[in-house]
Amino acid sequence: MRAEAADRPDLPAKVEVDSLNFFYGAKRALEDISIRIKPNVVTAFIGPSGCGKSTFLRTLNRMNDIIPGTRVEGRVLIDNVDIYGSGMDVVHLRRRVGMVFQKSNPFPKSIFENIAYGLRVNGMAGSKSELAGRIEECLKQAAIWDEVKDRLDESALAMSGGQQQRLCIARALAIRPDIILMDEPASALDPIATQHIEELIYDLKQAYTIVIVTHNMQQAARVSDQTAFFWLGRLVEYDRTERIFTAPSEKLTEDYVTGRFG
Amino acid sequence: MSAALPGIVWRRRADAAFRALALLVLFVALAALGTLIWDIVSDGAGALSWSFITSFSSRRASQAGIWHALTGSVFVILVTTVLAVPVGVAAAIYLEEYGGRSLVARIIELNITNLAAVPSIIYGLLGLGLFVRMMGMGRSILAGAATLALLVLPVVILSTREALRAVPKSLREGSYALGASKWQTIWHQVLPVATPGILTGLILALSRAIGETAPLITIGAVTFITFAPDSIWSPFTVLPIQIFNWVSRPQVEFQAVAAGGILVLVALLLSMNAAAIWLRDRHQKRGTW
Repeated sequence: MRAEAADRPDLPAKVEVDSLNFFYGAKRALEDISIRIKPNVVTAFIGPSGCGKSTFLRTLNRMNDIIPGTRVEGRVLIDNVDIYGSGMDVVHLRRRVGMVFQKSNPFPKSIFENIAYGLRVNGMAGSKSELAGRIEECLKQAAIWDEVKDRLDESALAMSGGQQQRLCIARALAIRPDIILMDEPASALDPIATQHIEELIYDLKQAYTIVIVTHNMQQAARVSDQTAFFWLGRLVEYDRTERIFTAPSEKLTEDYVTGRFG
Repeated sequence: MSAALPGIVWRRRADAAFRALALLVLFVALAALGTLIWDIVSDGAGALSWSFITSFSSRRASQAGIWHALTGSVFVILVTTVLAVPVGVAAAIYLEEYGGRSLVARIIELNITNLAAVPSIIYGLLGLGLFVRMMGMGRSILAGAATLALLVLPVVILSTREALRAVPKSLREGSYALGASKWQTIWHQVLPVATPGILTGLILALSRAIGETAPLITIGAVTFITFAPDSIWSPFTVLPIQIFNWVSRPQVEFQAVAAGGILVLVALLLSMNAAAIWLRDRHQKRGTW
């Protein structure tokens, strides 16, 4: 199953990016990025700090829109619809393309309310029992139900860092997105919490298309099927993860994954 | 470890000297406040009694009371709050969240900053022309409160903007990433977190309003009144005006009555602040970031 989806070039791309340029003011942060991301595959973005991988990730759910002075050129198609097209409702887009951030950012509310929020704002809360059922379901999906089931009314801020991050994943899952973007989701976590998150990513692949930005190359090698290497705002190489780490075609990629710079 | 770092002795001495200086300055400030309070209490404690609180103004110092001014002040502040808070908070939300860097937003912003520095008597003149005469409110509580609301509006807007700006970006992003609209994000996530900061600004603004005299005299708050206000259309007076009236009388006995009035004003101010702080703390406990 794992290699299959990644290996089949005939599958339609879930995300198709066509010569994308991105600007912070006058500074060009992304240069001519084109990439096809396949469904039900984990794609990792790697590269040194400031290479644009996070910026690129955030163009996929238009999260950069809220930063003043930014500008996008080019096309980003998700299921063949241009998300920067004039008819695109960004609220609807973000419901379908969920995001987990580098630093866990639970709302200063109870665990229950953290997950209920996304359902409520999207009109998906339903009856009381439906809501409770949905919350239990996604907490189980995020492998955190057993730890929190007796304290759903407690503040999410009382949880440990790793639990908070899994809560944020559960929160993203609750509104049933197609794609989940993860911006270094484990970079602030200890090894055990990181392992939880990585196992979770592996399980979630069955149902979701996952794009993960990571600084940690072992992590990219462990969790991803496809890997994209970014350098100075450009996409240098994009291939199956095994190839990127064992036989990259670019010298730059090889230097980076073998730790010669970055 | 035994060899001291070069210059460490001097750095410690400079540290100690600065500490001493800061303590001295603090002491001077506290001493001035302490003297003031002691002076008022020693003058006015004798005038304070239950009948002083519940009586109306009188030409005889022994019978003079403050009920009309106390109720007037409370009434005016309540109406000021009702008028200034929704408008001020809404304006701040617009400027901070929606206005962006547009020219209009920047012009409004500059104007508000300037308005905060306009002398209060100017607001009194504006209130007299606009509320009392043009809008025909007369010399009523509503006209007074509307004038004070204008006066404190810039402070409310500026402090609310500060409070909104202090809300972590990660919280907004978390909300947007779940498909929340801008308004949902502001209403459900940003405002609750900003509330303690907004309340702090309100304390400052309303404390200023309750001590204001000049604009209310300008719009025609009455200085001698023998009834408590019963609606927003009533003529009224407020504590600072009543105190000013007593202080300016020739009879010596009225000086003690004025000091008693100051004590009532200070008590009202402190209890208002205490209420706001209680509200703020309760809110912080419910939702700490």
